[in-house]
Order: sequence, then C-alpha cells, then structure tokens
Amino acid sequence: MTAFIRAHPFLSGFIGFFLLVTLFSSFAIVPETRQGIVVRFGKPVRIINRYTPGQPFGAPGAGIAWRIPFAEDFVWIDKRVRDIDMEKQQVLSTDQLRLEVDAFARYRIVDPLRMYIAAHSEDRVELALKPILGSQLRNELGKRPFASLLSPEREGAMENIRAGLSRVARQYGVEIVDVRIKKADLPDGTPLQSAYARMVTARQQEARSIRAEGAKRAQIIRAEADADAARVYAEAFGKDPKFYDFYRAMQSYQTTFLGDAENKSSPTTVILSPSNDYLREFTGR
Amino acid sequence: MTNFTGWEARARALFSDNKGPWGAPPGSGGSGGGDEPPVTKGPWGDPPRRRRDSSPAGPATSLDDLLQRGRDRFGGGPGGGGSGFGRRPDGSMIIWGVIGFITLWLLFTSVHSIAPEQRGVVTRFGRYSHTLPPGVGITLPSPIDRVAKIDVENIREITLGSASDETLMLTRDQNIIDIAYQVRWNIRDPELYMFELAQPDETIKQVAESAMRAVIANVTLQGAMGNERGEIEARVAEEMQKTLDFYRSGVVIQGVAVKQADPPAAVNDAFKEVTAAQQEAQSYINQANAYSLQLHQKAQGDATAFDKVYAQYKLSPVVTKRRMYYETMERVLQGVDKTIIEAPGVNSYLPLNELKRSAPVKEPAQ
Repeated sequence: MTAFIRAHPFLSGFIGFFLLVTLFSSFAIVPETRQGIVVRFGKPVRIINRYTPGQPFGAPGAGIAWRIPFAEDFVWIDKRVRDIDMEKQQVLSTDQLRLEVDAFARYRIVDPLRMYIAAHSEDRVELALKPILGSQLRNELGKRPFASLLSPEREGAMENIRAGLSRVARQYGVEIVDVRIKKADLPDGTPLQSAYARMVTARQQEARSIRAEGAKRAQIIRAEADADAARVYAEAFGKDPKFYDFYRAMQSYQTTFLGDAENKSSPTTVILSPSNDYLREFTGR
Repeated sequence: MTNFTGWEARARALFSDNKGPWGAPPGSGGSGGGDEPPVTKGPWGDPPRRRRDSSPAGPATSLDDLLQRGRDRFGGGPGGGGSGFGRRPDGSMIIWGVIGFITLWLLFTSVHSIAPEQRGVVTRFGRYSHTLPPGVGITLPSPIDRVAKIDVENIREITLGSASDETLMLTRDQNIIDIAYQVRWNIRDPELYMFELAQPDETIKQVAESAMRAVIANVTLQGAMGNERGEIEARVAEEMQKTLDFYRSGVVIQGVAVKQADPPAAVNDAFKEVTAAQQEAQSYINQANAYSLQLHQKAQGDATAFDKVYAQYKLSPVVTKRRMYYETMERVLQGVDKTIIEAPGVNSYLPLNELKRSAPVKEPAQ
C-alpha cells in the first residue's frame, strides 16, 4: 500500500480524502434535542431518537446514528417544546365589543415522519398552524360576552381552543401542549378612548362624592358644636333669666359702642335726653 | 473536527517518515509488498531501487534520499512543502509537539472544574449521560463527551413593562392599569432546561405575561393598585410555576415583584383629582373640628364667667346690678360724643353741621 501511495500520490490522496468523507458522512451525532429521519433517495426509511412521552434523558436514541453514505440523508427535526407566537387577533364578543388578543401555543413534534411528509420543516408547520390558532381563538372567544373574555381560563375556553388546534395539528404529527393568552387589550382608538373616558368620569364621580361626604361630615360637626354650646349656655343662663338679660345687655352695650378685642366700633354720637335713666340724678331732684 | 482530521493526517505523515532513519521502507512487511516486489535486502541494506530511477544522479546519501522522498510525498516540488517535514530533527520535535498537544487536549477536555453554583451536563455523542456536581469532574475527552456548565444558583431577572412605555392590562372591572413587574427565576434541573424547551428564556417571559394578565383580570383596579399587590405577586408566581412545571422546563420561579401599578397616563389626572378631593374633604372636617373646639371652649368660658358673676350678684343683687350698670355706662359713654338735649321740641338746635363735619373728618382716621 505504501508503495502504491508512492507511485500515485495524487490518486491515493484523493482516495484517502474520499474514504474520510465517506466515513464522516456515514454517521452523525444525535443530540437529545433533535429527532431525525433517515431518507433514502427521498423516501423516509427510519426515525432516529423519536420523542416518547415520559422517557428520561439518556435513553438510547440520542448518540451516534449511522446511514449508508450518499444514499441516505438525515433530516433533523426539533424534539423540544416549541413556540407558535400568534399575531394579534381582534375578537368580537357577543355583546359587540372588541378585544385585541395576543396568544401563543406550545407544541412538540411527536410524529416526525408525518410532520416531514406534511410540512417538511418546523417553520412551515408553524406557518400552517398560526392561522388555525387565530381562527380557533376567534371562534371560541366570540361565543362569550366581553366580561368573560377577560379571564377565559376560568370557563375552559383555552382547553377548547387547544383541543380544536390539536385536531388540525395531529395531521402534521404535532401535539399542542398548551395554548395561552398573553395579552387581551382594548384596540387603540375608540374602544380605548371610551374606556379612558369611563375611567375619568368614574374618578370624577368619586372625587365629587368624597368632597360631598367631607362637607356633610363638617356640617354635622359644626351643628353638633352649636348644639353643645347652646346646651352649655342654657344650663348656665337658665338659672336666672332676668339677670342674664341685664348681664348680657351690659356686655352688648360695651361691645357695640366700644368694640371688642378684634374690632373697634365706629365713632358714635349719642344724643341723650335728660329723662334718661342714666341722667336721672342730673336733674338734681 | 476538520482541524482534528488535519492533525491526524499530518501525524500519520510523520509516523511514516519515521522509517527514514533505517533508509528503507519496511519492505519485509506484508502491507508494502502488494504492488511491488520487495526490493531491499534487509533493514540495513541498500536504498531502494526506485529511488535510483527517479534520481539519476547516482547513489544518493541517506539524507538526500530522505529529502527526495519527502518531496515526493508532499507534492514533489523542489524545495517545496517538504522542507519542514522531511528533515529528521524537526520531525521528532513535531512528534513531541503532537504528543504534547494531545496530552493537553486530553487534560483540558476530560477534566472539568465545576464551580459551586454550576452543574455540568455531560453528553456522550449527544446523548445525555450524567450531571456533574460541583468540584472536579472527569469525563472522556472532547469529541466523545461534552460538558455544558449551567449556572443553577444565579437568580435571573426578567423585567416586563417599564416606566417609559406603558404595559396596559384590563382588570376585572374593565379598567385599565399600567403595570411593570419583575420575575426572578433560576434553574432547578439543568438537563430539563437544556433539552426540553426550544427557547426557555422566551418561554418564561411569555408565561409571565400570560400569568400576570390572567391574575390582573381577576382583581379590581383598586385592588391591583393598592392592597392586593402581595396577593397578585404570589398568585402570578404560583401560576407561572404550575405552567412551567407542566412544560417540564426545569425552572423555579423565585418570586414576582410588582414594581409599578398605576392608572394609565391618559387618566392619571382624574386619579389625582380623587386624591385631591380626599385631601379637601379632610380639610373640611378639620376646619369643622376646629370650629367645634373653639365654640365649645367659648361657651364653657362664657358660662363660667356668668356663673362667677351670678354668684356675687346673688349675695347683694341690687347693689351689684347698679354698680355693673354704672360701670358699663361710664365705659360706653366715655369714648363717644355726647349731646344732651334739655327740653323737648328743640330739635332745630341740634348741631347737625358739626355732626356732618365730624363724620368725614374722622373717617380717614379709621
């Protein structure tokens, strides 16, 4: 053999290269995250590392896989749980209100062969399932009044959507793990603005009622204080109403003509008749 | 891998060069005898005949021969690629180099130090083998075993919503709230985290959004903004954990923190007005309370004063009454202008001019 290599260096190099390529193309490393289909001249012949529910990692399947070089091809398919992220959908509730819903689905390819035949690649599966997810969502949520759209989980709507999507997904060898609503918003424009307006008016109403409530309580407090003061006065002055009359008159004169601590009275001119009681002694009688 | 095969080929070339010192290919061996009859007499015999054919310069020294062979093997150009590999001393250095390289390779790819917060997930030709605990772990060398070090202690954070842009959600009473929150999580099962989900981080984020939306849709605006925050956080964390466990994500939710739960900017003024109204109502009440206190004190004071005077009055009513009368009149009349009219029917003598004059004069003094 050495002699042959010496005689034909180019040829032997080429043969060596060819053998190496053959060797390396006859096996592949299958990671845990992938399943594969071996395709012989375009015809799928066997599946490598197929997903089995509940199988722990490290099971035979992943590892090294063999094929006949040049005749067979590997097609790799994801084994993991993947994501379909749907575009926003407008859902019309039974009471004619609109809601913009953003949902996602988690799926796993459980039948790689069927998936390969039906769609060839994960991307095309997603492309096929996206509109179906959207229409399932609209159909299922459209049966409900707006109030229950906000938490559709409570009424099993998500389970119905999942089941509906699963029926279609099965044709692609796909299992739908879960469907969830990520966002449920009011559409921009009128619905959002009117919701804002409703919130604003509700707040204004609240503010007014708080003010009125405060005013009411203040008024009651004042009235109670007045009543209390009246009671105190009545108790004290009731002992001798006649003396109270005189006492209060004296206080009143003083306040009226001289003013009290806060304000001075205006200048006064008093015209007295000599018959006035105060001037009784003036006449000298 | 390509690199590796390159080295392999080069190493093979070197090992076949190793025959050089004996000056002859191992003709006695069966492997070489297939194409040509054995031409050498023995291991120490003459150089091979073929060499003589290709180099007509007569018998060659063993060094020349070696060089020539080297040229043949590496493409034959005079002074070509063979120069580095054909010479013996260099060859042995390269052999040692290769051995060193392989040793280092084995050392570096089969001994792994796993930090305390890490776990090493070992895959043998892609198949999950086992998980290395912290410390030094030994595996088969690189193309066979591969180790992915995964940090399981590090708590990662996802922040959803922010102060700058609004994340609006609908509450149960169909109000809109602007919410910002943070999810803290770490990895519990590194192998699940690696193998189970196609986009684990993205999944956690989506699950967080979904769980928060579901929880907010079940509380009122007042609750979300105020007293139910703690409950919301706990419920979102629980909901997320349930979903992620269902996905077998190998992730633990450490906690959810609502950083901000405010009304949207468009209606913020109305909410501020409510706060203002609350303040205002409180100030009404405070004023009324002050009035009440003042009035009460005044009544008490007046009543007590009256009681004191009345007690004295009771002792000698007539005198006290007159005394009070005169004292008051004195004080009252002391500071005022006084006009005393002697007889009835003299109204025309009233000093009206003076009265009129005095009024405007005094007015500015007020």
